[in-house]
Amino acid sequence: MKVILRYPKREVEITGRRRVKDLLRELDVLPETVLVIRGEDLLTGDAVVGDEDVIELRPVISGGRRRP
Amino acid sequence: MKCRKCGEGAALELRRHNAAFCAPHFTEFLRKQVREAIRQHRMFTPDETVMVAVSGGKDSLALWDVLIEEGYRTVGLYLDLGIFDYSRESREKCEAFAAARGQQLLVESVESAMGAPIPEVQKATRRPTCSACGLSKRYLINRAALTHGFPVVATGHNLDDEAATLFGSVMHWQTEALPRQSPALPSTHPKLVRRVKPLYRLAERETAAYAFLRRIDYIVEECPFAEGATSLAHKEVLNRLEAASPGAKHNFLFGFLERARPAFDRPEAVRLAECAACGQVTTGEVCAFCKLVDQVKRRVAP
Repeated sequence: MKVILRYPKREVEITGRRRVKDLLRELDVLPETVLVIRGEDLLTGDAVVGDEDVIELRPVISGGRRRP
Repeated sequence: MKCRKCGEGAALELRRHNAAFCAPHFTEFLRKQVREAIRQHRMFTPDETVMVAVSGGKDSLALWDVLIEEGYRTVGLYLDLGIFDYSRESREKCEAFAAARGQQLLVESVESAMGAPIPEVQKATRRPTCSACGLSKRYLINRAALTHGFPVVATGHNLDDEAATLFGSVMHWQTEALPRQSPALPSTHPKLVRRVKPLYRLAERETAAYAFLRRIDYIVEECPFAEGATSLAHKEVLNRLEAASPGAKHNFLFGFLERARPAFDRPEAVRLAECAACGQVTTGEVCAFCKLVDQVKRRVAP
């Protein structure tokens, strides 16, 4: 699947089906800090995503990002 | 995951409420939280026109949308900070939002008020950028509301913003800042307009979800000056706590508001005067905004 991240905007390719909450854990993204978007829908942590999906992890934190 | 209300597939899980909602019931939940905030703190009445300070981001546009949907009379105020493409794009979002809903949008420019846009203001002062910008915004928003005769200003501050501000104040034991932290600040001087934060009961993930589900076109990119801001470090700490213990942010803020804040109220009122230069409210002789403008002028002048 293609996962779109921001700050900086980038895409990562991940293979295999998994739950959204596991995907976030693998990418070290706190669930409280993003919306998980597939097309027109928001996904909850138990939703399963697979190879054909394009998933956007849209940050929700106002005030930009922390300096790495 | 199923919606708590109707059993359909959920769009959003709210761990701190131990609940999940489908899109329509989440929208209903969010509006109910805003109604509760307005009611509990008597923020404004249907007879008053609310000036909504909008930045083009998710929170302020979600707030404006809710207030319109709830039937309030509103006017938007966009403050053009002059921060390159970020300001241009965020202004366009606000204008498109207002036009699509037939609402009035007022626009004020920092450059015309201060003689320079925020990036130049920042160079003229030793204050951190966010501090100079925040000071300018508070001043110009209040002045705009006074000029146009609006009794109340609503801002899009959410639960995360408020919890992070509280965390910062507590970390430095800024006890003088604690009594001022409130979802509603009444007018304490004829030239100070009431300020309210109707989204303070909602986490920013919730306001973002509302904006997404309502198809509000907001600016996702953040202000380029915010990178590395201390408030973000505080938000990250709080979000790590939240992940380990859902409800941590809510308990921190609401516990303070309900139980701790009164202990920091000072009996002696701060003496408010009018600035010798501009006539706006200050605790000194000349207000902080005029001092900042003076610094900018000295730097800009050859």
